[in-house]
Amino acid sequence: MSFLEYRIKTAPTGLRKVLHLNWPVILMMTAVAAVGFLMLYSVSGGRMELWAEPQMKRFGLGMALMFFVAFIPVWFWRNMSALAYLVSVGLLLVVEFFGHVGMGAQRWINLGPLVLQPSEMMKFTLVMALAAYYDWLDPKKVSRPLWVLLPVLLIVMPTILVLMQPNLGTSVMLLAVGAAVMFCAGVSWWYFGAVAGLVGGAIYGVFALRGTPWQFLHDYQYARIDTFLDPTADPLGAGYNIIQAKIALGSGGWAGKGFMQGTQSRLNFLPEKHTDFIFTTLAEEFGFVGAFSLLLLYAGIIGFCIVSALQNRDRFSQLLILGCAANLFFYIAVNLSMVMGMAPVVGVPLPLLSYGGSAMLVLLVGFGLVQSAHVHRPR
Amino acid sequence: MKRTQRDTEDSVRGVRRRAFLMGGAMTAFVAVLGARMRYLQVDQAEEFRLLAEENRVNIRLIPPARGQIFDRNGRLIAGNEQNYRVVITREDAGDVEMVLKRLASIVALPPADIEKTLKEVERRSPFVPIIVADRLSWEDFSKIAINSPSLPGVTPEVGLSRVYPLDQDFAHVVGYVGPVSERDLERIENPDPVLQLPKFQIGKVGVERWTEAELRGRAGQKRIEVNSVGRVMRELERLEGDPGDDLRLTIDAEAQNFAQARLGDESAAMVAIDVQTGDLLACVSAPSFDPNLFVRGISQKDYSVLLENDHRPLADKTVQGAYPPGSTFKMVTALAALEAGVITPQTGVYCPGHYEVGSRRFHCWKRSGHGTVSLHSALAESCDVYFYDIAQKVGIDKIAEMGRKLGLGIRHDLPMSAITEGVMPDKAWKQERYKQDWRIGDTINASIGQGYVLTSPLQLAVMTARIASGRAIQPRLVRMIGTQEVPLPEAPPLDLSSQHLASVRRGMYEVMNGAHGTAKGSRIADETLLMAGKTGTAQVRNISTQERASGVVRNDQLPWNRRDHALFVCYAPFENPRVAVSVVVEHGGGGSAVAAPIARDLLLFCLTGGIPPLSAYPATQRGTIESRFKDMKLRDFGADSTTRSRA
Repeated sequence: MSFLEYRIKTAPTGLRKVLHLNWPVILMMTAVAAVGFLMLYSVSGGRMELWAEPQMKRFGLGMALMFFVAFIPVWFWRNMSALAYLVSVGLLLVVEFFGHVGMGAQRWINLGPLVLQPSEMMKFTLVMALAAYYDWLDPKKVSRPLWVLLPVLLIVMPTILVLMQPNLGTSVMLLAVGAAVMFCAGVSWWYFGAVAGLVGGAIYGVFALRGTPWQFLHDYQYARIDTFLDPTADPLGAGYNIIQAKIALGSGGWAGKGFMQGTQSRLNFLPEKHTDFIFTTLAEEFGFVGAFSLLLLYAGIIGFCIVSALQNRDRFSQLLILGCAANLFFYIAVNLSMVMGMAPVVGVPLPLLSYGGSAMLVLLVGFGLVQSAHVHRPR
Repeated sequence: MKRTQRDTEDSVRGVRRRAFLMGGAMTAFVAVLGARMRYLQVDQAEEFRLLAEENRVNIRLIPPARGQIFDRNGRLIAGNEQNYRVVITREDAGDVEMVLKRLASIVALPPADIEKTLKEVERRSPFVPIIVADRLSWEDFSKIAINSPSLPGVTPEVGLSRVYPLDQDFAHVVGYVGPVSERDLERIENPDPVLQLPKFQIGKVGVERWTEAELRGRAGQKRIEVNSVGRVMRELERLEGDPGDDLRLTIDAEAQNFAQARLGDESAAMVAIDVQTGDLLACVSAPSFDPNLFVRGISQKDYSVLLENDHRPLADKTVQGAYPPGSTFKMVTALAALEAGVITPQTGVYCPGHYEVGSRRFHCWKRSGHGTVSLHSALAESCDVYFYDIAQKVGIDKIAEMGRKLGLGIRHDLPMSAITEGVMPDKAWKQERYKQDWRIGDTINASIGQGYVLTSPLQLAVMTARIASGRAIQPRLVRMIGTQEVPLPEAPPLDLSSQHLASVRRGMYEVMNGAHGTAKGSRIADETLLMAGKTGTAQVRNISTQERASGVVRNDQLPWNRRDHALFVCYAPFENPRVAVSVVVEHGGGGSAVAAPIARDLLLFCLTGGIPPLSAYPATQRGTIESRFKDMKLRDFGADSTTRSRA
């Protein structure tokens, strides 16, 4: 019997749950999504039906799913964690062998009208599994090697599957999110220090093995790193994305060029202007003011999540919320670093803004879990 | 799995601690992101704004409409026609092959063209329009326009391209335009950026080339917004250019056409010039070609035919051809001798049929000799010995000086291609050219327009006009540029004694109208239009002593390219000269038989402003003349031909 179960009676029931939702988070997420609709409308050159409308529909569906998930008690989700994790890994295996090849990578499963990207789902089911694991594990044992090894395996297994797709961005994010949950669960600093050292060594190895038959990354991934380090070396090739993105951002200036007035993104100077690089449109059209406001909105969402985790006294809920918040954070951090030329272009969308169904639905469902944990927190 | 409440509280506190740490790290990173944003968007904004502007705006040139060229009476010689064409854009067409098949069912498209288009479409970016068919008829063009709903991606377009409605008549004078070549760009300093436009055409030869600056106009500009792959998104601003200036030539298109038809298939050149102003009224080189072929892109086959023709249709013989003037040069020799005072018009010279200098014997064209001749009879009968004699007395330098005074051996500046200077030899010239001393034989050859002397038909026309007017008139080809009249070049008096000039003119009059005149068969009967002229027959081969002994082979028995050139210069009316004409018929034979009748017809055409009335011809020739005019294929210039101004 966990602490949670003693307090079940205090959790709100029925429609009263609506009142206990973490409304600031919902409102801020809606605000971010609304900015996304505007941007999609702008980059499509004023065509609603191209990107903005499907995106709105998906957001509506995602919101509905979020509420649905939020209304279901968090302990049900805790019990589902292992299953969800296994299903996700299974789907990754399915993708690996039967997946739809798009953009040079196997990432999608085609389920009739819905195109599913299991690697996106994995980010949240991994958080669930780890949170459930540490909820189950005696807190005194978290730093013992054997009990550290198990979650590491839980993290590494899907990471390798995603890396094989190949999807470097998501695999790095899985590692980061998993590490974040382990960190919050109280795993000793020594492990993180050791891993940091290992990662340093691994990065060295990746470059040392380059050009040999054992090279670890694809050539295009190496190229992306190269051009990240020096985008001007290949201004019309791989460095093009970064240079054009920086131009878009920079030319936005303080207050931007105005809605629908951006030239960089709307004129196709930017690749993936409606997906990974949508932030550049915002930065170009609304300038520093708009871009920084969006950053604050994201920080607000994460901040409210962390506060919610601090208020919660259920270990599973805490870790679940923190994991989801970390997830959102890594999305944003990687995407913004990428478009601002601080990280290589790895193909990570900007959550809630970028066009794309799978990522948005999964994110909203994941935040459904956050809401559920918030609603059903012990009081 | 029982846990105490204390354990639980501890673990929750532990998570909170770590959550604080994580939140702190996140905040720090958000701060880094914000700082980066500020750096890019505020600190470096100006630099990036410039870069973005460069990316986005592209300046496209709007080609100016080329100036049109008219004849002296406003008839169109070179114009711009609407060129109907269709282009296909892959991204709009979808299935290009299917669309082309449909297009081919509407208008005739050769399968080879379809294949070429398909290949081109594959090669280029999907948004680049590719020309499917060019120079469509209006019917085909409208058929395509009507069917456009079933032809996705196919756009009918209208462009301007050069057209020469009088086709071969002005091929040499006006020339033609063509696409800009690498060589053109090398030749031009600071080339106008408009030259880089695909399909832009510039003048290649003739007036088109040498008045390119006036004709071209100034390109307009449009600033357009393009995306990174060059697709036009919208037009930002448009600056209209200026169309090129129209030109009005001095040439009369009808006279030109008449002259062209009159020369027919001969390899010949003919120039008619206004004696008083120097305006060129006709300037014809035959055979000619259709300049429109070059505008459209001449086929290799057509081009070879033109190149291999031994009558050299591509050459403009009026200004490029340098021919020995033959006896048409005798006026120069005569004037030089008169001015030098070594003879008077009455000085007699005995012609036994040959002339001996040292051991060399120079023949007169008349083996039996002319007996005693004076200036008038020497010109009228074209006695060579007379001119040998007076030339020897006056010397080559004086003759050359007179030649240059009359417009020989100098380059007359006209907007035409490869204008020759000819050769007006003197002692210094030979020394420089051949490092040899001038010999007396050279003077004797030069005195009758043989030897080193070379002149173009244009120079001969100028010479004749100068003799007729007594003034140093300059040829003029362009009368108006835009609305601006081109001033007449100065024509100061020749500074020759009017008596001497009158004597030479009288001699030329006798050529036509004297009892023994060499061209009396080509005289004008109309008393008001009496004509003065001079025949010339220029040898293009040496007649050896043996041949002379065995009897000179007659011209019509020689291969064409070894026959004599037939030349003729003339002007009329004798009393009040208005028009001068020079004719060179390459390897035509005798000047009097071949060249003079042609020159007379053009002279009369220019004087009467149309097909010459038969009354102007001697009664016995009217029948032949009438049937000749009937056989000539003249262009129909429409009904207004009688109301235009006369030369």
